[in-house]
Amino acid sequence: MSDKEIKNLEAIFEARIDRDEKIEPKDWMPEKYRQTHIRQISQHAHSEIVGMLPEGNWITRAPSLRRKAALLAKVQDEAGHGLYLYSAAETLGISRNELYEQLHSGKAKYSSIFNYPTISWADIGAIGWLVDGAAIINQVALCTTSFGPYARAMVRICKEESFHQRQGYEIMLTLCKGTAEQKAMAQDALNRWWWPSLMMFGPRDEESPHTAQSMKWKLKRKTNDELRQQFVDQTIPQADILGITVPDPNLKWNEAKGQYDFGEIDWDEFWQVVKGHGPCNKERMEARVGAWEEGTWVRDAAMVYAEKQANKKVAQAS
Amino acid sequence: MKKDWPLWEVFVRSKNGLEHRHFGSLHAADAEMALENARDVYTRRNEGVSIWVVESKYITASNPADNGELFEPAKDKVYRHPTFYHLPDEVKHM
Repeated sequence: MSDKEIKNLEAIFEARIDRDEKIEPKDWMPEKYRQTHIRQISQHAHSEIVGMLPEGNWITRAPSLRRKAALLAKVQDEAGHGLYLYSAAETLGISRNELYEQLHSGKAKYSSIFNYPTISWADIGAIGWLVDGAAIINQVALCTTSFGPYARAMVRICKEESFHQRQGYEIMLTLCKGTAEQKAMAQDALNRWWWPSLMMFGPRDEESPHTAQSMKWKLKRKTNDELRQQFVDQTIPQADILGITVPDPNLKWNEAKGQYDFGEIDWDEFWQVVKGHGPCNKERMEARVGAWEEGTWVRDAAMVYAEKQANKKVAQAS
Repeated sequence: MKKDWPLWEVFVRSKNGLEHRHFGSLHAADAEMALENARDVYTRRNEGVSIWVVESKYITASNPADNGELFEPAKDKVYRHPTFYHLPDEVKHM
């Protein structure tokens, strides 16, 4: 194809997006659109899958059968969400194995929040409330994104996520209404998860090089800072109801703006964790790579069994 | 050479009276496993009463580049629509 033809196709493509038309997998798309989507959708899928690890850590130690059933269901949902997203990424012409390979080799990233440890039961409450809360804000914005398979996966995910946040908040509420020691556990979890949750929205707008292009493709509908502000504004009143406080001395209601002012994120910590030096990066990757490698014989055996059954059917038919 | 689990497309009927609709895809070693996985991945909240799975390689899809010749001829056949025909208002039940 000549440069002129490509320019023409690009113009038609941009016009379709401007008209809010969805792009489907077999449609022509600029190579950069394809690559950006593979990167973002797979990063999202990896986050769901790695996100099972910190919570899975507490399934056997949940304090009651009710909590255990809910946590199991939540972790199972995350597996499902990872699978919806992997298949959306595969429609762009990358195989599942390539996607796993990118995660295992460290080429692909996942959300840094999952590199923090879950050291008490209250952390399960804080994750549902804050981490899923932040994820929902990001994800609702993506339900109208331009790439059809991604938007459809996000609609399903958003429908299912609301229970995740409510079950987390209910855990926090129960702890905060409990003994002084239980309330202290809730406060401690909030202290540790607050700043990493704010980091989930990514770098500040002026440090986020992809934002302009992603807004144009409707891969992002709001900027990182706008979404972060929305999260703070809706979460502080929820903390007030719990009777615990976020670890930010600079947090203050700004009457004129009608929103909260808040302190500066420790961006050194943010970049350290992104670059692989968080408290649990190594442990998480070892768990994922280990699960994949130790599962090899199971996958192979299932394939051999399937072939054997298929051959049997052919033999019976002849 | 080890083979990877193939890709399957999943179709779910949400309730009797409605058609099966495409829900997504997944990997499985064979049809039976594809059905079991589809049940776990796509119907955790009573989304369905029936599931179809078909290996993706058996689906033949039209190419969007051919949309012009495939779908545009229908656009100038307005006489296929009831509003093309002019009748006086007094005519009822038509």
